[in-house]
Amino acid sequence: MTLLSEPKQEKAVGVKRRGRSFKPRYPTWLALPALVYEVIFFLGALGILVAFSFATQTGFSQITYGFSLDQYKAVFDPLYLSIFFRTLMMAAIGTILTVMVGYPVAYWMARYLSTYKLLAVLLIMVPFWTSFLIRTYALKIILDSQGFLAKTFGLDIMYTPIAVGIGLVYNYLPLFVLPVFGSLERMDWTLIEAATDLTARPLRAFWDITFRLTLPGIVTGALLVFIPMTGEYVIPAILSGGKYEFVGNLIGDTFNTAQNPPFGSALAIMLMVALSVFVVIYIAVATKEERFGA
Amino acid sequence: MTLAPGDVAFDVEFRGITKRFGPLVAVNRVDLQVNKGEFLSLLGPSGCGKTTSLRMIAGFEQPDEGELLIGGTDAVGVPPYRRNVNTVFQSYALFPHMSVIDNVAYGLKQRGTGKAERIRLSGEALELVQLTGRQDHRPSMLSGGQQQRVALARALVMHPQVLLLDEPLGALDLKLRKEMQVELKRIQEQVGITFIYVTHDQEEALSMSDRVAVMSNGVIEQLDEPRVIYDNPRTSFVAEFIGDMNFLSGVVTEKVGGQFIVDAGGGVVIRGHGAASRGSSVRVGIRPERMTALPGSPEQQANSAKATVLSKMYLGDQIQISVSLANGQRIIVREQRASANPVLDVVYSGDEVLVSWDDKAPLLLEQTVPLQSSAEAEQYTPSEEAAVHASTEES
Ligand SMILES: Nc1ncnc2c1ncn2[C@@H]1O[C@H](COP(=O)(O)OP(=O)(O)OP(=O)(O)O)[C@@H](O)[C@H]1O
Ligand SMILES: [Mg+2]
Repeated sequence: MTLLSEPKQEKAVGVKRRGRSFKPRYPTWLALPALVYEVIFFLGALGILVAFSFATQTGFSQITYGFSLDQYKAVFDPLYLSIFFRTLMMAAIGTILTVMVGYPVAYWMARYLSTYKLLAVLLIMVPFWTSFLIRTYALKIILDSQGFLAKTFGLDIMYTPIAVGIGLVYNYLPLFVLPVFGSLERMDWTLIEAATDLTARPLRAFWDITFRLTLPGIVTGALLVFIPMTGEYVIPAILSGGKYEFVGNLIGDTFNTAQNPPFGSALAIMLMVALSVFVVIYIAVATKEERFGA
Repeated sequence: MTLAPGDVAFDVEFRGITKRFGPLVAVNRVDLQVNKGEFLSLLGPSGCGKTTSLRMIAGFEQPDEGELLIGGTDAVGVPPYRRNVNTVFQSYALFPHMSVIDNVAYGLKQRGTGKAERIRLSGEALELVQLTGRQDHRPSMLSGGQQQRVALARALVMHPQVLLLDEPLGALDLKLRKEMQVELKRIQEQVGITFIYVTHDQEEALSMSDRVAVMSNGVIEQLDEPRVIYDNPRTSFVAEFIGDMNFLSGVVTEKVGGQFIVDAGGGVVIRGHGAASRGSSVRVGIRPERMTALPGSPEQQANSAKATVLSKMYLGDQIQISVSLANGQRIIVREQRASANPVLDVVYSGDEVLVSWDDKAPLLLEQTVPLQSSAEAEQYTPSEEAAVHASTEES
């Protein structure tokens, strides 16, 4: 009996040992530093915002915490709604322009460059090596009514929505190009040959195949630029001279100039709610990307 | 377009086509005529220009020189979407975001075929390749063999004049490959479309094709029926590439009627059929299965040689020995095990054997005629000596 059962036991032990070595472990602690950071600085700040937004302000900076919807009601003032609308519109236009400028260059890099591909990626990222603020001021020098464009071509577009649009596209372009480039890099170009082989004209083949397969990348890139564009503060402040305020400028003014944190918080949270809609779209498309794998 | 119908004898014709990639000549002044309805294979080692040739027919590459005719019409400069030619890609190149039926119907849709008709024709094509009930699956949900069938159906549904297949079975395992070879041949016979089939697998090319073009370094070395390619390779390259071949080199010592005698040195004398001129250096090939080995070492004569067994291998249905001839050359000899008493069963490493072959086995491959032999009567001392040597041994 013992003789028979012993090897069996040994085998079982062997299996267990082998099983353990292959079992993926989850060293949760690796996520800990980021978790601590996010809890303190993101959730903490968010908590403060939420608390502020339900508070009321009596007198001058006398905040009474509670559960009041007054701040939210105040957001639905036509004046503020128009700023929300303008922000979303400008961000949407800026995103569309970014797609139109960024997609062709990403396509060119992915399809036609080989030796200089990496160099091109580096060049796309070069603007990131300088501070965002400095770049925007530099742009101001070019767009200024005394600047290069105005003097050479008579294009005085400083302090117009066009200037803001140019600033948005310029500053966010790399953020769009990189994910789309990644998506185009994974493109199997024989699919295009297959499509033209099946008598599709080049533009048709692009639309049916390349565009469809890189759509998830385009959506990722577009959201990656759209979301921070809606929260933009520096570009409208510098390039529109405060004439075309974004919600970000409004929030800044409410906190700093008007000294009204409860209302500023309500504005910030409403902006987040508006953006959540787009994030939901993003997740829907991102899961679709996994299914296609391209 | 101005050609008379009688002139259009070939579905595809290459006239001195050259294709370069920078300094590299991928296809070098190739002439090729593909008959209507035939199954033609382009066979050759990696990098010999098979895919490039195919891509020029498809229109993905344009030749640098020469004329390319498809159905008798000049096709140079015609884009792929205006050619009545379709391709089955090695990687299948199925559209991952479309269902099987949408993949198959894609070409018809581009042509403007109505939806109902599209679905009917695509369904038929899928039936032809024996893939039904998978119409709404995405390609990624299919096995390699099934994806292969979709790729085939997608091209066949277009009813092209010529179907181009670039190593379509390359990604399949051996068993599936064999199955698909039979399947492809059946489909080709059923639809009657000209197939141009690229492969580097000689067995595949020989078993499926009506004709095989053996390519090497951008040129077609030989274009013939499979049987002729195997039995009568015209160049050393073809002889070496197709099947296994033993090579023996020597000088032609005698030439009588259609026969030649070659002294390969070390007492190895080869007699065979072919037009060799006396005194020229030749390379002769003999297939391992055309040789026999007998134990012991009886008296030597032409087409038989003393040899020492170096090693022995069992290859399933065959036995193969590697031997060293008296002139130091190594050759291989193969015997079917189907025979009742395989001789090689009782032959072992180190044994002395007598290797022999009949005078139809040697294939004359390369011939270098020395300058002085242009005058036939001219004496050529080494060969004269060898001839004497050979004849004394024969008597
Ligand atoms: N687009 C290209 N650019 C540069 N060189 C190329 C290109 N396409 C092919 N070549 C070269 O041309 C030669 C022939 O290539 P080809 O693809 O026709 O070979 P092949 O016979 O199909 O080989 P394989 O069996 O490996 O597919 C090779 O040396 C290859 O490196
Ligand atoms: Mg190839």
